[in-house]
Amino acid sequence: MSQALTYAYYPGCSGLGTSREYDQSTRAVCDALGIGLADIPDWSCCGSSPAHTVDHVLSAALAARNLAKVEAMGRDTAVTPCPSCLTNLRTASHRMADNAFRERTNALLDTPCRNTVTAKSVLQILAEDVGLDALARKVVKPLAGLRVAAYYGCIMNRPPEVMRFDDHENPMAMDGILAALGADVRPFPLKVECCGASYGVARRDIVARLSGRLLAAAEDVGAEMVATACPLCQMNLDLRQGQINSAGGTSHHMPVLYFTQLMGLALGVPEERLGLDKVCVSPRGALRAAAERAAAETAKGSKA
Amino acid sequence: MKIGVFVCHCGSNIEATVDTASVAGTARAFPDVAYATDVMYSCSEPGQDGIIQAVREKGLDGVVVASCSPRMHETTFRRAVERAGLNRYMLEMANIREHVSWIGKDREANTNKAAELVRLAVEKLRRNRALFPKSFDITRRVLVIGGGVAGIQAALDCADGGLDVVLVEKTSSIGGKMAKLDKTFPTVDCSSCILGPKMVDVAQHERIALHAYAEVEEIGGYVGNFEVKIRKKATFVDWSLCTGCGLCMEKCPSRKSHDAFNEGVGLTTAINIPFPQAIPKKALIDARFCRQFLKGKCGVCAKVCPSGAIRYEMEDEVITEKVGAIVTATGFDLFDHTKYGEYGGGRYPDVITSLQYERLLSASGPTGGHVKRPSDGREPRTVVFVQCVGSRDTSVDRPYCSGFCCMYTAKQAILTKDHIPESQSYVFYMDIRAPGKLYDEFTRRAMEEYGARYVRGRVAMIYPKGDRLLVRGADTLMGEQVEIEADLVVLAVGAEAAAGSPALAEKLRISYDKYGFFMESHPKLRPVETNTAGVYLAGACQGPKDIPSSVGQGSAAASKVLGLFSRQKLESDPQISQVNQRRCVGCGKCALTCPFGAVKMIDVRGEPKAEVIETVCQGCGICAVTCPQGAVQLEHFTDNQILAEVNALCQS
Ligand SMILES: Cc1cc2nc3c(=O)[nH]c(=O)nc-3n(C[C@H](O)[C@H](O)[C@H](O)COP(=O)(O)OP(=O)(O)OC[C@H]3O[C@@H](n4cnc5c(N)ncnc54)[C@H](O)[C@@H]3O)c2cc1C
Ligand code: SF4
Ligand code: SF4
Repeated sequence: MSQALTYAYYPGCSGLGTSREYDQSTRAVCDALGIGLADIPDWSCCGSSPAHTVDHVLSAALAARNLAKVEAMGRDTAVTPCPSCLTNLRTASHRMADNAFRERTNALLDTPCRNTVTAKSVLQILAEDVGLDALARKVVKPLAGLRVAAYYGCIMNRPPEVMRFDDHENPMAMDGILAALGADVRPFPLKVECCGASYGVARRDIVARLSGRLLAAAEDVGAEMVATACPLCQMNLDLRQGQINSAGGTSHHMPVLYFTQLMGLALGVPEERLGLDKVCVSPRGALRAAAERAAAETAKGSKA
Repeated sequence: MKIGVFVCHCGSNIEATVDTASVAGTARAFPDVAYATDVMYSCSEPGQDGIIQAVREKGLDGVVVASCSPRMHETTFRRAVERAGLNRYMLEMANIREHVSWIGKDREANTNKAAELVRLAVEKLRRNRALFPKSFDITRRVLVIGGGVAGIQAALDCADGGLDVVLVEKTSSIGGKMAKLDKTFPTVDCSSCILGPKMVDVAQHERIALHAYAEVEEIGGYVGNFEVKIRKKATFVDWSLCTGCGLCMEKCPSRKSHDAFNEGVGLTTAINIPFPQAIPKKALIDARFCRQFLKGKCGVCAKVCPSGAIRYEMEDEVITEKVGAIVTATGFDLFDHTKYGEYGGGRYPDVITSLQYERLLSASGPTGGHVKRPSDGREPRTVVFVQCVGSRDTSVDRPYCSGFCCMYTAKQAILTKDHIPESQSYVFYMDIRAPGKLYDEFTRRAMEEYGARYVRGRVAMIYPKGDRLLVRGADTLMGEQVEIEADLVVLAVGAEAAAGSPALAEKLRISYDKYGFFMESHPKLRPVETNTAGVYLAGACQGPKDIPSSVGQGSAAASKVLGLFSRQKLESDPQISQVNQRRCVGCGKCALTCPFGAVKMIDVRGEPKAEVIETVCQGCGICAVTCPQGAVQLEHFTDNQILAEVNALCQS
């Protein structure tokens, strides 16, 4: 991290609503690391799932409108915390590499998109542009003793030819970041499995089954907390944990935080900027247990 | 000159889109053409007889056959003209099948093009002259590269046929993959019981010289007279003294060495004899693990060896062997399953390869034939087999079928039930490919008698759940997802070309496909020959093959070598370069460009001149185009002949 990093920033609609704490903690963490996030003026919805189920050109145009605005800012990288926005932005770029497709897309836009912007996730720039060593140096309150499973969701890295980030079956970026912050990162086998995504509305039973499996697997590897990078995953695992428990006859009590919230804690960001009170299953117990475990370790270490 | 032209129908292959009668008609007007006709199948007996008869009756001096590619039938027609009493080089072929009828549907355009190609051949033939091969002596010894079952068979058949054999094997024992197998399909007979005696025969055969732990470094020469440099890698044990007693293995303190023979299941000592039936049964030191090499002190084996065989200072040795023919039998390697992240990418100890499983099943394996999970040594109850791991999957660039995995998986499912009667096996498959004799019956037995449950579909994911593995896949017959909790997962990894195959192919000057498997000369009619005379193929180095086919090819390659050596002398190809020394200015450019080192510079009355070594020249013609003076000419492809062809095309 030699010189100041600044990126065009695309929070995504959920960042202003259901995942406020993801947006807040992302901004706070970037602040703490000296990364500039320049909001894209007049940004609009990327089209989310509905657009691309109707029409690929329409979907690309909704995303490209934002990419064109990043071009107008004179920047070549847009970052977003949300993997679903990221997929739409990257898929639009990927498709627009075909000139005919780009022309059809631009026909729907007032300002044409030249397709010169690369969209990346917040996770990617933290792992690749900042780097683990630099992160480790900035830690003031290590996450020592925190047993955590890193959950990437199914679209952060896939399809690999579009996303071009990390291993699409066994990504390690978030594992690496959390480990650099001192956490005890468990080898979570379902890190790229689907949580049920938007089926939470239409087919709750599916989400209960898929998300329930994720929680069980996290418990299985001894995790006391799940770190996510996706608003929809977070919602399914956290908000719907009660539904999952009643559907499956389980009694999971697994806090699910955004990895940026955990980063904020380790980097010493004041808690009120991290929105820890916005999640349903309180992380307090797990954080306390981790702190006690860490203290016990230190005591043992100093005795020895 | 009197030329005869024979335009072939090739059944309907050519006739359907070329008016052959009209081509023959056009040809009658070409210079020197005394006779032209169309023929149904010119390569058939009546077809060839027709050519011979015409030569005799019309007094022809040369023949043009307009038919298929010369790669297909040039030899056939050369023999025919020879039988008619002409020199075999008084034949030209016009390829009007691959170059005309098979690539265009427009009959009129095709007919015109065919006539032009015939004109070209006629113009060339008018400038042909009789060429005569020279004969040379043969070194009646054969080199076999690779000591798997295919190489062993080839070596034994050649040796039994009276030839001296040099067998070069990369590892320290012959046997190949078959030596690692427990039982073999479809008869479930013990692999080492049927292979072991053959290995012993190799060791004891007076005509076979075995170089184990050796590799071919360089190959020079040509059919009948190859010169091969062989690198005998340092074993750090003098094999002329080592008796194979194994005392060193008992005492070696470095007990955590990689056990290649057991596919990394279990460990071995730094000095080791890979397995009790090894041929040769000699010890070697793996310097990557030996304390003497790593720490500079130990020397235990040197102290305990009763024969004083240990030589830490040993170095590689390069020897030269002269042979007349080469059989390549370097086999295959296994697909690296860690490329499949969804199957754990090598992270889960209880997800193993099929060959590792063979070692677990084998009574001489690291577990003494007790099937135990690598993670905790527990006997598995539920075993899941996943077929086509690295076969028939374009996403990992392996679109081909490995052929034997369906069969060995059925075998392993049967053996699992034999070893652990209360176990249940599941087999995920795409299709069952069991076309051999008694093969389909065998897979049915696995299902019906041994209760293996076959699930048709791919496995999407394998991940640990507690101390077991959850295998999730599709059952495409039922149209549903299946999840099986397994104790052990066996991946039927596919076959790949053996490591280093392309490099070896280049030394041998033979072709290989894009996956590294060696190319046969003709996929149907010349399966064990290559395009380099005197080099033959056997076994899985040509493509995945089971044991019966590999052995069959070993014998086939041996019979080709015996056939080659049954001749008193071999004939050299006269289509080679010649230097006109009056024109040569001695610039030496030809000598520099020749890829085979066939041009040497000599002194002719104080002047440097180029000279072609006839036996080394391969007739590629590179020197001919390099020579600024036109002093080098490739016989049968001289500048005059080629220009005549060009003129024929451009003027028509
Ligand atoms: C798990 C498994 C189970 C199987 N079970 C059966 C079965 O039950 N029945 C059956 O019919 N088939 C079975 N097969 C297939 C069988 O293994 C092959 O048919 C057979 O091994 C092919 O023999 P090969 O000699 O061509 O090759 P290999 O066995 O691969 O032998 C090649 C030899 O050449 C050596 N070599 C390689 N490169 C060089 C080099 N550059 N220089 C010198 N030496 C070299 C190698 O070290 C090796 O010794 C099985 C295969 C697998 C993977
Ligand atoms: S102790 Fe000596 S003779 Fe015996 S196997 Fe070892 S090296 Fe060979
Ligand atoms: S020197 Fe020592 S470590 Fe090396 S092979 Fe001999 S006994 Fe084993």
